[in-house]
Amino acid sequence: MRAAFIERTLASLLAASEHSAEADRLASAGGVLQKVDARVKLAGLFGLLMVVVASHKLRVIGCVFVLSLALAWWSQLRMKRLAKWVWMPVLFFTGAIAFPALFVTSGQAAIKILGIVVTDRGLRSTTFLISRAETAATLSALLVFTTPWPWVLKALRTFQCPVVAVAILGMTYRYIFVMLRIASEMLESRRSRAVGVLPPAERRRLMASTVGVLLSKSIQLSGDVHLAMRARGFRGETYLLHEFRANVADRYWLAGFAVLVAGGFWWGR
Amino acid sequence: MRNAAVFELKDVSYHYDGLAALDGISLAIESGKRVALLGANGSGKSTLLRLLDALYFPDSGSIRFQGQPLEASRFDDELFAFDFHRRVGLVFQNPDVQLFNPTVFDEVAFAPLQLQLPKDEVLHRVNQALDFMEIGDLKGRPPHRLSGGEKKRVALASVLVLDPEVLLLDEPTAALDPRSQSQIIDLLIGWGDGSKTVITATHDLGLVEDIADECFVLQRGKIAAAGNPDELLRNQVLLEQTNLIHSHRHRHGGRSIHTHAHTHPHRHE
Repeated sequence: MRAAFIERTLASLLAASEHSAEADRLASAGGVLQKVDARVKLAGLFGLLMVVVASHKLRVIGCVFVLSLALAWWSQLRMKRLAKWVWMPVLFFTGAIAFPALFVTSGQAAIKILGIVVTDRGLRSTTFLISRAETAATLSALLVFTTPWPWVLKALRTFQCPVVAVAILGMTYRYIFVMLRIASEMLESRRSRAVGVLPPAERRRLMASTVGVLLSKSIQLSGDVHLAMRARGFRGETYLLHEFRANVADRYWLAGFAVLVAGGFWWGR
Repeated sequence: MRNAAVFELKDVSYHYDGLAALDGISLAIESGKRVALLGANGSGKSTLLRLLDALYFPDSGSIRFQGQPLEASRFDDELFAFDFHRRVGLVFQNPDVQLFNPTVFDEVAFAPLQLQLPKDEVLHRVNQALDFMEIGDLKGRPPHRLSGGEKKRVALASVLVLDPEVLLLDEPTAALDPRSQSQIIDLLIGWGDGSKTVITATHDLGLVEDIADECFVLQRGKIAAAGNPDELLRNQVLLEQTNLIHSHRHRHGGRSIHTHAHTHPHRHE
């Protein structure tokens, strides 16, 4: 039923909280990347991400993607799960943005279907955009799924990422799930009081007012979450029981990442 | 003999967008006392607790904590802020806003880590707080997936871990089933062996005799009455005027309709 579209979307987003619990479990699993120091992982994967962004050659992006698949495999991340959580959503959103470029970018006709022309430059720019987005998302997923979230935040602070940015990331992590639950409960309670099917205009009006209320609740809730953090001494910095200690293996990983990143920049220039 | 005042408020006012939440509040709370802030919804109890925890600062008037003025500028000094939050702990009404870490253990460790206590002490305190609140078996669980009663216990543990001199509680038994309510109250009664100051905001009169030696009744942001629980709970006119009890109409044996004030306090001598 069309009326339930937003409820269904919210329910799937809420199911992301289950993904988050699964991500926490994966982060403490015994895979290859899980054993690497969070700072080394952050620096190395960020370096590879920069290679992907700067590369002018699809071959380079493809190689980084294959490398990220290998790292995912050795870190016990299932390909099916990556496809469901990362590749499909990225393909959907990036594809929606890139799709018009296939036809409106000037260039030689590469494919012609039912009188619609896909240009070679349109095809190339679309392929670049999607492959860059998919590879970058896979690299980010590798970091997030193999590192406990507070360690990621602390590693960001090690690299002088501003306190405000880290604090926002830290708050967003749990706050988003509380917010989604509130939204889902609001819609459920409204549905439980609705009798019959409302006309589309009325449904749109109700949905718009719900969004307004939700926005107002969201502002209130974010303020409360921040107050609760401040009440327990939070001033933006991340402190953990876990101390980062890079060992010999971490140094090899760092050197390996450095070689790959330098090689990637050189090859993709 | 009277103890020294832990909090002294003089003519304190606070507004939300021009609307007075507190209006000329003056009161003193002695060290070691158990105090209840009573009032209907919207009477200003939660705002007062937030002012006492220095999360908000008054628009006019002054607040002193152990003789020291509580002013926003003093909290720029990290040492002062840490010292204050170590000594004064606030448990929020909604545990969801207070629980934002990946596991219960991380949640309880958050405050001592923020206040930069030594790691050994953090571990010791966290285990002690988990044992005290009887939630040791939950320490690896994500807080957002616990039941309401469990969340409340975690929220309490996350504040009690600092062993604060002053504990501020906002509706500690709100939305809990009767068994969880009584467990929480029993734990609070047992906490601190009577040496701590406990300030509880509630509209549940059934709790008052168990948790308070002294009460302040708030109405529309002003102190409507102050005194010991015995006196105040017997003052039916005051309780009805401040919406803490309501007239209750019911029928006896199918005969006439009978109206009387309705409340649920009880005492076990």
